[in-house]
Amino acid sequence: MELEAIYTIWLREIKRYLRAKERIISSLAMPIFWFLIFGSGMNIAMRLANTEVKYSDYIAPGIIAMALLFTSVSSGVSVIWDREFGFLKEMLVAPISRTSIVIGKSLGGATTALLQGLMIIGLSALFGVKFSLFSLVSLLPLMLLISIGFVNLGLIIASLMETIEGFQLIMNFVVMPLFFLSGALFPIDNLPYFLKIISLIDPLTYGVDAMRYIVLGASHLPFSISLSIITIFVFITSIIGAWVFNKKQ
Amino acid sequence: MIDVYAIETENLRKEFKNIVAVDDLNLKVNKGEIFGLLGPNGAGKTTTISMLCTILKPTSGKAFVNGYDVVKEQDKVRKSIGIVFQDPSLDDRLTARENLEMHASLYGVKEKKQRIKEVLELVELTEKADMLVKTFSGGMKRRLEIARGLVHHPEVLFLDEPTLGLDPQTRAHIWDYIRDLAKKENITIILTTHYMEEADSLCDRIAIIDHGKIIACDTSEKLKKTLKGESIILKVSDNKKAEKYLDNAKVFDGKIAVYVKNAEKEITKILFKLKRHKIDVYEVSIRKPSLNDVFLALTGREIRDEENNKKLIRRGPWS
Repeated sequence: MELEAIYTIWLREIKRYLRAKERIISSLAMPIFWFLIFGSGMNIAMRLANTEVKYSDYIAPGIIAMALLFTSVSSGVSVIWDREFGFLKEMLVAPISRTSIVIGKSLGGATTALLQGLMIIGLSALFGVKFSLFSLVSLLPLMLLISIGFVNLGLIIASLMETIEGFQLIMNFVVMPLFFLSGALFPIDNLPYFLKIISLIDPLTYGVDAMRYIVLGASHLPFSISLSIITIFVFITSIIGAWVFNKKQ
Repeated sequence: MIDVYAIETENLRKEFKNIVAVDDLNLKVNKGEIFGLLGPNGAGKTTTISMLCTILKPTSGKAFVNGYDVVKEQDKVRKSIGIVFQDPSLDDRLTARENLEMHASLYGVKEKKQRIKEVLELVELTEKADMLVKTFSGGMKRRLEIARGLVHHPEVLFLDEPTLGLDPQTRAHIWDYIRDLAKKENITIILTTHYMEEADSLCDRIAIIDHGKIIACDTSEKLKKTLKGESIILKVSDNKKAEKYLDNAKVFDGKIAVYVKNAEKEITKILFKLKRHKIDVYEVSIRKPSLNDVFLALTGREIRDEENNKKLIRRGPWS
């Protein structure tokens, strides 16, 4: 194991993340609007529908998942930028294996996603969502797991993409559907059949469901099943990610 | 035997789909040399370097860097070389020091702090060490990249077009650094360039490369001596006829070049000869031999022409 190399690449991701302060701030804008406008509007609607769960509690895990998804996929995809601006070459000619580069990138991206997720937890607490200490402690490893899977997904997509122009395309046609069909904002039960199928393929669905179990104590699927599926997702994307990166770069 | 050379290649070859980029290259570079690969764009310089740096796999043939096989002993090759790429490869959101620290960690350098201090001093960036790279000028970035290439004590440093895109003044500065570090660090330097002056002023030996082949390899002095000496450039009414009647003459670019030992002495003879054959002379100039003339004599083209043509093509209707 090339621990020093992995640590170095991890550290670079963290430094780059923390230095892009404007980006961090702007990334909080959407969740704020979501809580503020959607959350309070829907709270009224949900109350009318005689449900006990407050809508803001319901979507909190979904918005955390959104933060994890967006941050981790863009960290993975940032390999394209590394390639475009030349830094990838510096890593590729170093006497380290490609697999170490993938591990470093993946853990680094996941750590930044986790930081982003923690900010959303803080934000949702401001909007009245309550977290017990136990739920906070159990959320962390789960969030990390989800993030690793999606950084890997971003890495895979970036390795297959030739140009920087495809980035927006991915955000619109991969990330957005992954988010909207994950049950982050509304239950997937009532979706039309074919959308429901997609929802069930979407790995984020299980991430959201598992987090909802921890935060609300209620979920669609048993926690153990969701957790297993996420673990398998991370495992598969890690292997494919390392393989594609070795082959393509 | 291999150990004698910093670089040794045997029939090194690289083919891309339809193109032979490097054509059975045989090269030997001694330890401690500053060695230049000079040639026009697309001659195969960068491809050659990429194979030596283990970025590209050769199609056939062998190459050894510091005695290590570039295919079978990749990691050993990588540890023993430093590279400055043609295109920038710094992380510009990190500081100069952080870029160097990362490099040191990736290469497992011991006593990082001390070494980073040394290389920063070498390229005179000590005072800028903690500034973000994105605030650096082109010349500073280049210097930082050279410093980074040296952090892990490489035995061979590759510089791919080290002064490309820099203004003449900065270029001269970079040359000073390269000369300086060759002395101080006691390493072999391989550089590619299409600037004649660069090869001329820096390199101990120069390989002139064209269409993936080495067409000449020697010291700058000796390469120039292979020419008859100086050249007289003439613009005349009939190039073909002039080429026929004059010894050592070659047509290029609508003009004719005559290679002679001593231009001042022989110019009258030549003009007289042309007059006798009823060829009009419009312009005359004398040129002391340069590497450009060597290239011209060997290929019938000028390196600069190639470059200009390329630029014209690049500036075509698409861009």
